[in-house]
Amino acid sequence: MALKRKHRRMVFIVVGMLCLGGGIGFVLSAFEENMVYFYSPTDLVEKDLPNNRRFRLGGLVEEGSINHLSDGLSVEFVVTDLSASVPVVYRGPLPDLFREGQGVVTEGILTAGGVFEADTVLAKHDENYMPPEVAEALKKSGQWQGQEASQQ
Amino acid sequence: MTAEIGHFALILAFLVALVQGTLPLVGAQRENSAWMALANPAAGAQLLFIAIAFGSLMTAFVTSDFSVVNVAENSNSAMPMLYKVSSTWGNHEGSLILWVLILALFGFMVALFGGNLPPALKARVLAIQAWIAVGFLAFSLFTSNPFLRLDPPPIDGRDLNPLLQDPGLAFHPPFLYLGYVGFSMAFSFAIAALIEGRVDAAWARWVRPWTLAAWSFLTLGVAMGSWWAYYELGWGGFWFWDPVENASFMPWLIGTALLHSAIVSEKRDTLKSWTILLAILAFSLSLLGTFLVRSGVLTSVHAFATDPARGVYILAFLVIVVGGSLTLYAIRAPSLKPGGLFAPVSREGGLVLNNVLLTTACATVFLGTMYPLFLDALDGSKVSVGAPYFNATFGPIMIPVVAVTAIGPMMPWKRADLAGVMGRLKLALGVALVVMAAAWYAVGGTAPWAPIGIGLAAWLFVGALIEFAERLMLFRTSASDSWARARHLPRSAYGMTIAHMGVAMVLAGVVGSQAWQRELITLMDPGETVTVAGYDFTFQGVRDLPGPNYSAQRGEFVVRRDGHTIAFLFPEKRFYPVQQMPTTEAAIHTTWVSDLYVVIDEQQDSGAWSVRIYHNPLVPWIWIGCIVMAIGGGVSLSDRRLRVGAPRRGKRAGAAGASPQAA
Repeated sequence: MALKRKHRRMVFIVVGMLCLGGGIGFVLSAFEENMVYFYSPTDLVEKDLPNNRRFRLGGLVEEGSINHLSDGLSVEFVVTDLSASVPVVYRGPLPDLFREGQGVVTEGILTAGGVFEADTVLAKHDENYMPPEVAEALKKSGQWQGQEASQQ
Repeated sequence: MTAEIGHFALILAFLVALVQGTLPLVGAQRENSAWMALANPAAGAQLLFIAIAFGSLMTAFVTSDFSVVNVAENSNSAMPMLYKVSSTWGNHEGSLILWVLILALFGFMVALFGGNLPPALKARVLAIQAWIAVGFLAFSLFTSNPFLRLDPPPIDGRDLNPLLQDPGLAFHPPFLYLGYVGFSMAFSFAIAALIEGRVDAAWARWVRPWTLAAWSFLTLGVAMGSWWAYYELGWGGFWFWDPVENASFMPWLIGTALLHSAIVSEKRDTLKSWTILLAILAFSLSLLGTFLVRSGVLTSVHAFATDPARGVYILAFLVIVVGGSLTLYAIRAPSLKPGGLFAPVSREGGLVLNNVLLTTACATVFLGTMYPLFLDALDGSKVSVGAPYFNATFGPIMIPVVAVTAIGPMMPWKRADLAGVMGRLKLALGVALVVMAAAWYAVGGTAPWAPIGIGLAAWLFVGALIEFAERLMLFRTSASDSWARARHLPRSAYGMTIAHMGVAMVLAGVVGSQAWQRELITLMDPGETVTVAGYDFTFQGVRDLPGPNYSAQRGEFVVRRDGHTIAFLFPEKRFYPVQQMPTTEAAIHTTWVSDLYVVIDEQQDSGAWSVRIYHNPLVPWIWIGCIVMAIGGGVSLSDRRLRVGAPRRGKRAGAAGASPQAA
């Protein structure tokens, strides 16, 4: 094992490169599958999005649209950016701050019938917090009314 | 008056920090010892003024002085005292004051205990600490002053966000900040060494205790945050790979790497420039963590309302600190003399592998966390990178990390015999294979990685014990000889064994919760019984219960197994009238092997409640493991050789004299 200094360094460089390469490999393969795009209801109406691809849908929960289904565990509601609306079904625990008229981000797939089947409804910890994507979607649709910087 | 005193003290602290940042630095350059000596009293004064500011703010919160905007917006007279105190740092402005308070405390400790540091190094370290303080104090004074008054004062405050009114989160920020700010010490030492162009083993010996302390606190801070998410959010999970969580995890990963490379720098006088780079990165990621949480640029389930102007300030600060220190590193690092040689298969080699893997793991987390920001800046598309990405990248990288963690400590410095080491680990390999087979049998191949994970945990746990037993020559020499060896073993050896066992426990907990969690979401009428994982949960109804500043609906469950009553569980749905906000309080019964976890959601028109019941095997071990890791860090810190004040005192002072020291 009388490796020269240069050779030893080579061993470390090769090992380092292998680790880095492996890491990059994992990252690339995982990125492709797990990157989830965000769309507003207007995007869904205007663009033709492929079915069966996961994405996030965000906007406001339309007033009066929350409807608990008879099984007691599923809920229907409408996500709107005030120029377009998309119906959503979701089964599972709702975050505590899920309310009509509030910003919401949901994640799931769009079914052929145009209903968004969400498996995740993102919670927020603060009543004044608006997810940045939702705020931007509302600005794009020209319906933004909130103050620019909501204070705590 | 208190608010004005606090504000004034904060301004004074800012001015003192400016002096402490300039004069000692110039003095060190010109070898003017009077100017260098100025750093000591300045560090003391800075701590004093910031402590006064923090004390006045806390007084305002404790006495519910609603004429202070910050108190009016984040407190309420009906709040329990614990949360009045914790709301001092439960908001943006106050948390900054806590940050600089800890920073000043660390700086003062260098001034106090660093008597045997070379004066120039000490002056430079304190000056760099002061510049960090200048950055944060300016941020506080100019964009987030906590002492602003409100006229007329409201009758009552707007309450602390109810989610933060929780014992776990009351102490989460102080520990997290002790960790973040602790890395500022390693950073200051690194920059000072770069300015001096000299790094030696003594330097590493001074850096290691600070890093150890910071790492131990950060471990506890991250664990507390995760524990809070586990029981307060009521989703049954403990880690969501959310940007805010990742923000605290990245400094931890790099900090862990730093901890290990500093050992090589100290013991073998090599890997020095790498250690310095890690010190810079660890603190940069701590700053980035603050930025991510405080700026609100990323969609996070943990985000709170934020002010974009502040984000811009922190971003600018980040660019200066990270850009400046990396530039300095690029200029000065090549001039650092390389140290001792070592073969690829050796203790050093193992530690290098640990470093490379941890850094790679951190890089994948960084990419997943920041990519949405980059893409948004590039073409405006909004994306998110979810948990599957992190599981697919981070998980596989952790497998070799854990595998090597058992092998590394068995290898001697300089050159090792891998086959021999593996031979000594035969028992660990055997246990790991048995555990793997048992786990495989238990899950039936549904989650193929779960047996691997559990097997690795067993491998590491047993491997750490074997390494420890070998040091004592247990069963190979007389019991009294082993006992004598145990007493003379350095504390850092104990610390390492304990911390590595903690890692194994955390791993087992993570795998257990991912692979064997059982979840039942159902509707229950009072009197109804459901069975989850062999436990019978009987729902006895919901009762209204008043709280100090909320009203609660409390569900009552009896848990039985084979007819024996095991626990009563009382999950709550609380409503905080001031913020008009409901919260969920999960009820958890832990058997130390698994958690029984119950949440009530909503009452239906029929009178039934929607209920979620989870059985979370091995999850308690996550928190126990984190505490064990932090204990390992603390034990290692109490090692005589690492004591800041006495790096080289008598050879073997009695164990009684070596009292544990906080830093």
